[in-house]
Amino acid sequence: MAFSNQPQPLSPERKECIDKIIASYGGLTSKMLEILLDVQDTAEGKYISEATAHYVAEQLQVKITQVYDVITFFSSLHDAPRAQFPIQVCSSIVCKVNDSDGLMEHLQSLLGVGLNEPTADGKYIIEEVPCFGACDVAPAIRVNGVVYGKITSKDKLAEIINSLR
Amino acid sequence: MSKTVSFMTKNFGKYDIHSIDSYESIGGFDALRRAVTMTGFEIADRIAECGVKGRGGAAYDMGRKWHQAREIDQKEKVVVCNADEGEPCTFKDRALIENDPFRLIEAMIIAGYSIGAQNGYLYMREEYSHLRPLLLNAIAQAEEKGYLGKNILGVEGFDYQIHLQSGAGAYVCGEGTALVESIEGKSGRPRKKPPFIKQCGLFNLPTCVQNVESLCLVPSILLDDEKVYLTYGTEKSPGTKMISVGGNVKQPGAFEIPFGITLREIIYELAGGVSGNQDIRLIQLGGASGKVCGPDKLDTPYTYEDLAQAGLTVGSGAILVVDTRTSVMDFLRTTQAFFSHESCGQCTPCRGGNKQMKYLLEKVASGTHTAEDIKTMNKVIMIMQQASLCGLGESAENALCSAMKVFPEVFAVKEEIE
Repeated sequence: MAFSNQPQPLSPERKECIDKIIASYGGLTSKMLEILLDVQDTAEGKYISEATAHYVAEQLQVKITQVYDVITFFSSLHDAPRAQFPIQVCSSIVCKVNDSDGLMEHLQSLLGVGLNEPTADGKYIIEEVPCFGACDVAPAIRVNGVVYGKITSKDKLAEIINSLR
Repeated sequence: MSKTVSFMTKNFGKYDIHSIDSYESIGGFDALRRAVTMTGFEIADRIAECGVKGRGGAAYDMGRKWHQAREIDQKEKVVVCNADEGEPCTFKDRALIENDPFRLIEAMIIAGYSIGAQNGYLYMREEYSHLRPLLLNAIAQAEEKGYLGKNILGVEGFDYQIHLQSGAGAYVCGEGTALVESIEGKSGRPRKKPPFIKQCGLFNLPTCVQNVESLCLVPSILLDDEKVYLTYGTEKSPGTKMISVGGNVKQPGAFEIPFGITLREIIYELAGGVSGNQDIRLIQLGGASGKVCGPDKLDTPYTYEDLAQAGLTVGSGAILVVDTRTSVMDFLRTTQAFFSHESCGQCTPCRGGNKQMKYLLEKVASGTHTAEDIKTMNKVIMIMQQASLCGLGESAENALCSAMKVFPEVFAVKEEIE
């Protein structure tokens, strides 16, 4: 990640959206994770840009280093552009023994991209994440907070991808 | 002996989980009403009588914990409910929240009353974000009904609020001090101990951290005048336990079992047996930080004492079944990859240890390791276990350690070719 002294400014609409999120959590620093997660969720590319991080720090009256400490520590928070639909594949042993490797292969061939590579239209990116607790429906994927389980065929996977809106 | 029981899960499917009226209609908040007729110490004693051990993994005596928390003479205290459930193959807390959210809220209020806290923080992993609306609704309705707020149930000075907090994908935040750091709006790096969080935790206040399942037991125990709880289980492991069974089984799921049924009964009866009727390669208990055994231990009763004797632990309550299609080494490498990813990097034994172990495991997997490598592995494991700052580093190599004993052939050094 490259730090620049002058990040791209945020649009007034984006600032308003962030202000609303911060206000909904009472502007509390103890709600930093919730705030950053919601800010990320509402951002194009589902990530927290440098300008956004600076703005959040300013509004919460904390140092920018604290915000980046949090963003870079937690794996659900991202500081680089992702996609509209980040498709998270569980890499834990429970999904592995239920052939999540096969699922990953299908996914890559369906979307024509490798791991952590966004598709050209910016719609999808394939990510590997540790166990998200959907072990009873392994192998599973998670897209923007929604879990899809028991994906045992390429057709089922294609159906899920096509249904993403 | 019946294989499953409904003690803390008795409300599952019995009420509308979105409605406090529906919860009250089946006896919801009766336990809280009972609690406020007792002192905090009496409630702690009641839990101690039932021999409940904390269900987060450390198995600390819960009655004792509440007693100690009550004893601390400080005006402000906090309760933290640990719903970070990050151990792979563990989803029993999720089942409790999904099916009976109001019980958890009621239990957190009872905990607040018992130890004398004003605030309760429910820290739930980001991966369960779909359950946030359910819990936020339960908290809001409890507030409307006066179960949260000031002078709850007319008890002068019993003021209590519950705050729902989110994690953001860090396994280490299941560790108590990392969890409280995270609630304070910082990265979740574990603190040095002492001071222990029971004396100085969240916002430097005395903090009582309990797992979801531990808390969910409390309402049932308080109303259990007939001591039904103690009729389940064994002498040393009384009562019931939530488990989650996954991996290569036909019907994975979360179950409430009486302590004492065997691993065979759990895997073959509750979980429907091994998928594809394969043979079992190994079973791992308690999540990624748990130990493994071979199928020869299938007749071990699921109790603290019997599992300990078999070299296993209850841990998070997870039971992972791996069949013969996966090799021991592939299993261990996946587990190692998990810890290499989740080590927070703060202390050297864990940060460097996980890196070394990953490298050494690759060597063993390729069959190019020497006797010296095995010696180094044992040394690194010892350093990690003894010198890591928190439980993550201490327990990261539990699976490997136990596998070295159970499957020595996997680690055998090939004779050197001259």
